[in-house]
Amino acid sequence: MGTYSTNEFKGGLKVMLDGDPCSIVDNEFVKPGKGQAFNRVKLRNLKTGRVWERTFRSGESLESADVMDRDMEYLYNDGEFFHFMEPETFEQHQADAKAVGDSAKWLKEQDICVVTLYNGAPLAVTPPNHVILEITDTDPGLRGDTAQGGTKPATLSTGAVVKVPLFLEIGESIKVDTRNGEYLGRAKED
Amino acid sequence: MSETLWRPTAPLDNLRRRATLLADIRRFFSERQVLEMEVPILSRCATSDPHIDSITADCSGAPAFLATSPEFGLKRLVAAGIGDCYYLGKAFRNGEAGGRHNPEFTMLEWYRVGWDDHRLMIEVGELLSWLLQISRVRSYSYRALFLQHLDVDPHRASFEELKAVVARVLEISFEPAGRDECLDLLMSHHIEPNMDGADEPVITLVYDFPASQAALARVEEDELGVPVARRFEAYAGGMELANGYWELTDAQEQQRRFEADQRYREQNGKPVRPFEARLVQALAAGMPGCAGVALGVDRLLMLACGAARIDEVIAFPIERA
Repeated sequence: MGTYSTNEFKGGLKVMLDGDPCSIVDNEFVKPGKGQAFNRVKLRNLKTGRVWERTFRSGESLESADVMDRDMEYLYNDGEFFHFMEPETFEQHQADAKAVGDSAKWLKEQDICVVTLYNGAPLAVTPPNHVILEITDTDPGLRGDTAQGGTKPATLSTGAVVKVPLFLEIGESIKVDTRNGEYLGRAKED
Repeated sequence: MSETLWRPTAPLDNLRRRATLLADIRRFFSERQVLEMEVPILSRCATSDPHIDSITADCSGAPAFLATSPEFGLKRLVAAGIGDCYYLGKAFRNGEAGGRHNPEFTMLEWYRVGWDDHRLMIEVGELLSWLLQISRVRSYSYRALFLQHLDVDPHRASFEELKAVVARVLEISFEPAGRDECLDLLMSHHIEPNMDGADEPVITLVYDFPASQAALARVEEDELGVPVARRFEAYAGGMELANGYWELTDAQEQQRRFEADQRYREQNGKPVRPFEARLVQALAAGMPGCAGVALGVDRLLMLACGAARIDEVIAFPIERA
């Protein structure tokens, strides 16, 4: 594997830091007028999701991480592993609950997700930004109250709970933004 | 290649603001009888500053260097008797690119004959508060600033003590190599971003830097008998804007510092280039006592426009230059 110097650091670059693969979030060149140059770097630890802030001497290098992002279709969960398939090669990968993490509550069979592979094994799973899911449980609709713009919690087929307008009923499909869990609107599933 | 790369990165309003700012700066100095001077931007000599790198050029088959600041030319003019003078134009520094840096940038530098650093600090405060419409200007010694923010005396603390402070407030990937590296880290990463109060905009002037960071400033004892560099910096909006000196006029001391810089560069694997021997000659011939200061005009414009990044105030930063 190669190395990257601080002046090559940019958002999305995958490097090793303290033995963990990280993705560079931000790189700021910091230099006092009459002093030494540094790079103040924000990195997301891809194993834990935590963001680290670290200062390097300008010109220092980090080893690149053998990490790649692949679009994959989510197949099913066998109780222990989540199974994904590369649509081109039909190659299958199994990710454990740690790799899937919070994304589990958005995973719907046949949706295309981004699976991050580290040394060839799934390290993290990113669901599509927008998913369409069915409401499996919510309080009965309140007629005549729609103008108030109030919300109520609704449980979706994948187990996620989101706030939805009062007029929605069990069995309806809705569109949700997975990045913030926000209800976007009713959806016609086709 | 993207089809929009011909476009300026800065909004046109910010570029119009640049024109006004340059005109205002020239008016300020014109009213005070400070002369605008041009100096070589393409020079046969380079900076010897250990932490600044010149961009090399080739001129008529011999090496030449783009000026990292107009200071050598202006000082030679002061030694020749030109009197109070300023330069407003481009300077170049290799490898400096980022949110607040572009390798080609606009610098204002001026010299006041017969003044010391404290007199010049007042004028820097006047210029900045006029251009930025900020009425509050305050000044601290470098020691007072470190005591206030980090409870440590930057002149007297040992290397071990400073390393402990760095470890307490910063996450760094390396072992600091010396006291100055610790001080640079603490100043740029901790004090500078936290210098401004939340309530109202303020211009902060910091004076009496560590003697080890004198560059081209005189070293004198402060009121506690500690040798300090008679050097100051100006800050606003969490950003360093200007760096000034009560100028060194001792030719021998200047020669000694240039040679020390070159040794440092050699020992640290940096290119060693011809230093400005003609400045040493000028000092030997007799330069009047004076104070000088350099100010980053692009950053000033960032503050005037409320811009977060330097490419919002430069039409064509290096990626599009």
